[in-house]
Amino acid sequence: MSWIDIGHIDEVPLRGARLVKTHIGCIAVFRTAEVEVYAATNSCPHKGGPLSEGIVHGQSVTCPLHNWVFDLNTGEAQGADDGRITIYPVRIVNDRILLDDSAVTRRSAA
Amino acid sequence: MKQRLVVIGAGMASGRVLEHLTDAAPDAFNITLFNAEPRGNYNRIMLSPVLSGEKTYEEIVTHDDAWYAARGIACRFGEKVAKIDREMKVVEGQNGHVPYDKLVIATGSNPFMIPLPGHDLEGVFAYRDLEDTIQMMGMGPDNKVVVIGGGLLGLEAAAGMAAHGVDVTVVHIMGHLMERQLDEAAGYLLKKSLEDKGIRICLQANSKEILGKDGKVRALLLDDGTELPCDLLVMAVGIRPNTALAQEAGLATGRGIHVDDQMLTSDPDVFAVGECVEHDGAVFGLVAPLYDQAKVAAQALLGEEAAFAQKTLSTKLKVTGCDLFSAGDFADGPGREDIVFRDPSRGVYKRLVIEEDRLVGAVLYGDTTDGSWFFGLIKDGTSVEEMRETLIFGPAYQGGDTADPLSAVAALPHEAEICGCNGVCKGDIVEAINAGAGDLGAVRTTTKASASCGTCTGLVEQVLQVTLGDAFQMPAAQPVCGCTDLTHEDVRRLIKGQELKSQAAVWQELGWMTPNGCHVCRPAINYYLLADWPLEYQDDPQSRFVNERKHANIQKDGTFSVVPRMWGGITTPDELRAIADAADKYDVPTVKVTGGQRIDLLGVKGEDLPAMWSDLNKAGLVSGHAYSKGLRTVKTCVGTDHCRFGTQDSTGLGIKLERILWGSWTPHKLKLAVSGCPRNCAEATCKDIGVVCVESGYQISIGGAAGMDVKETELLCQIPTEDEAIEVVMAVTQAYREGGKYLDRLYKWLGKVGMDWVKVQVVDDLENRAALVARFELSQNIYRKDPWAEHVKEKAQTYAPIADFTLEAAE
Repeated sequence: MSWIDIGHIDEVPLRGARLVKTHIGCIAVFRTAEVEVYAATNSCPHKGGPLSEGIVHGQSVTCPLHNWVFDLNTGEAQGADDGRITIYPVRIVNDRILLDDSAVTRRSAA
Repeated sequence: MKQRLVVIGAGMASGRVLEHLTDAAPDAFNITLFNAEPRGNYNRIMLSPVLSGEKTYEEIVTHDDAWYAARGIACRFGEKVAKIDREMKVVEGQNGHVPYDKLVIATGSNPFMIPLPGHDLEGVFAYRDLEDTIQMMGMGPDNKVVVIGGGLLGLEAAAGMAAHGVDVTVVHIMGHLMERQLDEAAGYLLKKSLEDKGIRICLQANSKEILGKDGKVRALLLDDGTELPCDLLVMAVGIRPNTALAQEAGLATGRGIHVDDQMLTSDPDVFAVGECVEHDGAVFGLVAPLYDQAKVAAQALLGEEAAFAQKTLSTKLKVTGCDLFSAGDFADGPGREDIVFRDPSRGVYKRLVIEEDRLVGAVLYGDTTDGSWFFGLIKDGTSVEEMRETLIFGPAYQGGDTADPLSAVAALPHEAEICGCNGVCKGDIVEAINAGAGDLGAVRTTTKASASCGTCTGLVEQVLQVTLGDAFQMPAAQPVCGCTDLTHEDVRRLIKGQELKSQAAVWQELGWMTPNGCHVCRPAINYYLLADWPLEYQDDPQSRFVNERKHANIQKDGTFSVVPRMWGGITTPDELRAIADAADKYDVPTVKVTGGQRIDLLGVKGEDLPAMWSDLNKAGLVSGHAYSKGLRTVKTCVGTDHCRFGTQDSTGLGIKLERILWGSWTPHKLKLAVSGCPRNCAEATCKDIGVVCVESGYQISIGGAAGMDVKETELLCQIPTEDEAIEVVMAVTQAYREGGKYLDRLYKWLGKVGMDWVKVQVVDDLENRAALVARFELSQNIYRKDPWAEHVKEKAQTYAPIADFTLEAAE
């Protein structure tokens, strides 16, 4: 696994998200706590809502279009909704956010 | 001939004696009541809420003059008793003698004053009666107060004053607060939450001397040399039974006046009740046993059989936001085992002490819901062997998988205490219900349960439900969301009452069940904090729906729509050109006129927003807030300018209103319109606030809607001048901001408070109208600003991706 530096932790607002653009689609990087980040596909499986614009709470995000809630650990939709978002490995080293290289390249190769 | 009864002391214990006596046998006695305080009985344990401003003195009076008069009790208030002459059977008051057949001594207790040097300085006193409370209530944000004593009373005094913004320091000699009721861990949590209220706590602090200046207290000196400056010094270190009169009269006394199980002293015609007595080696400071004593004394006076028995006690602290409960004995000891549960994120701590499979003590902090159930187990000595593993989780987890609080209440024995303040057990309540008390109000009046501090209200309602079954409708109060059991109304009230000024404070103090809320509660809490504390609270964009966070409406494909503000619907060729240029430059696929007389640019890419705003700003355009739970538009017709029917300058008024109201956040969107005549071309009568101009002035009507519900406005008032009309609109808006539930349109709020109430608030009561306007303006001097300009300047980069690998690959 190789890691790509995508930015400083402070560039993502606390309980907010920023986008990473790739050739195939967008990845949302969520910051759920002071030093806790998650990465997932930006598109809600329901109607394609931009998850990076959703409200981040606990370790979940709520899609801004129709309030589907996804657990960022598993990617599973919560409650009565049925669906799943792809989760990508991401970590923080010295306050830098590192995204798994394959999250970008695997998708480009697909 | 009627017997003569004299009662010395009009406190809570003797008040209860008189109640029982006059209820059971109204004509048995000629009663004379002496009281050194110049008033009758009030609920002394509720002085703390009076101090903190949650209640008024009038609300805690338990017996007013009319009550005594109706029962023919001769009151000698403000008169001290000099002597009891048992031989002559006479009580000697300052203003004359009163003979008795039976005497009840209820002289209560005296606060204990530590004889420190300087304890007689002006401004040094105990927290005991209404006079002390009034003196403390006179303190304000410029004052400093030191409280000696970190027990129940001292902390309630400190918290009450801190609620007024007073700089309070509590000095306590022990290693943790309330050491008699709490263990160290719970004491720590309590200390933390009091410190959050701005109260300074000095533990293990030995007071050495009270320093004064010109005969008045100036500071407290500790023996480590620390000097704590203060304008008042409150000593709350304990009480001592007031036995002086009884001792002088030759009655048997120890720590208190000796009484037997019938509350009889060593003289067969003299009873004693309350804090002044000693029964079986114990003296009493909490109210529940006092009430038991009162009942026994009344029955004994009437020749009935009754006996007082001491019971295990439980304690609660009456400081809003500090939920604690303790009961029984929780000291460590051989053969004792602990079960401890901690939830630091919620500030919850529970500890149960078990001895030989019986629960002997419980300390709960942060979550006290199960307190009375644990208390019941302690009192009854129930074996907990079977449920040991799940005991700490409370009754909901016992005996099966269903968590039904009702079954727990149903299982409570008749003697289980429901209301600690008034010593009311389940049996009393069930009895009252069976006798016809069918709702909470009726139970309160007949049994007094839940009538004091109210923390048992939920339990009382459950007893009602268990007893009446389907005949009782539980009040349908919907919690805000799954993160809390509180309703919007509760949350608003508590944010105000406890002065919660941050989201973290709301989560912690109101016991949120999630770490930081969810998409349902966070926007609501953010709004409430911002509406209540415009100066102190920092708006949180991450608790706003995307539309408000990005200042544009999100569309179904993830693009946004941009609506520039056009004041009162007026624009210029230059503005129109700028809008057209922006539409070209940013490839806007759709340009539409909105229902609110503004132009909507639909289909803008999120990352183009700041650049587009910057262009529009240059032409003098600002955000139209078409996305906001706030003022949207003020629609207008052309009024007197061009129309042959127009009676007033409706366009001008619309512009003025929009300039005043723009940027204001409200519980839901707010739309206005001003029509120049009753033909109502601006459709003002289906807006949240509508103004229809007429020859004689301005008709202001509110509560209209043309959304999910279609509503016609109701007339609020007709006002002759434009200036006053503007004031009324501002005042209505502010009243809605302060009272409305988040996501309730104005008409829904109106439905709850009623038009009559609104009329009083903003039309009739001019002083109140002015105050609403002032609060609105205060908030607006912060929020009346263009978010576009701010975001262009400071946040533009957040609209762009943090990383873009599509560019990298192209290089």
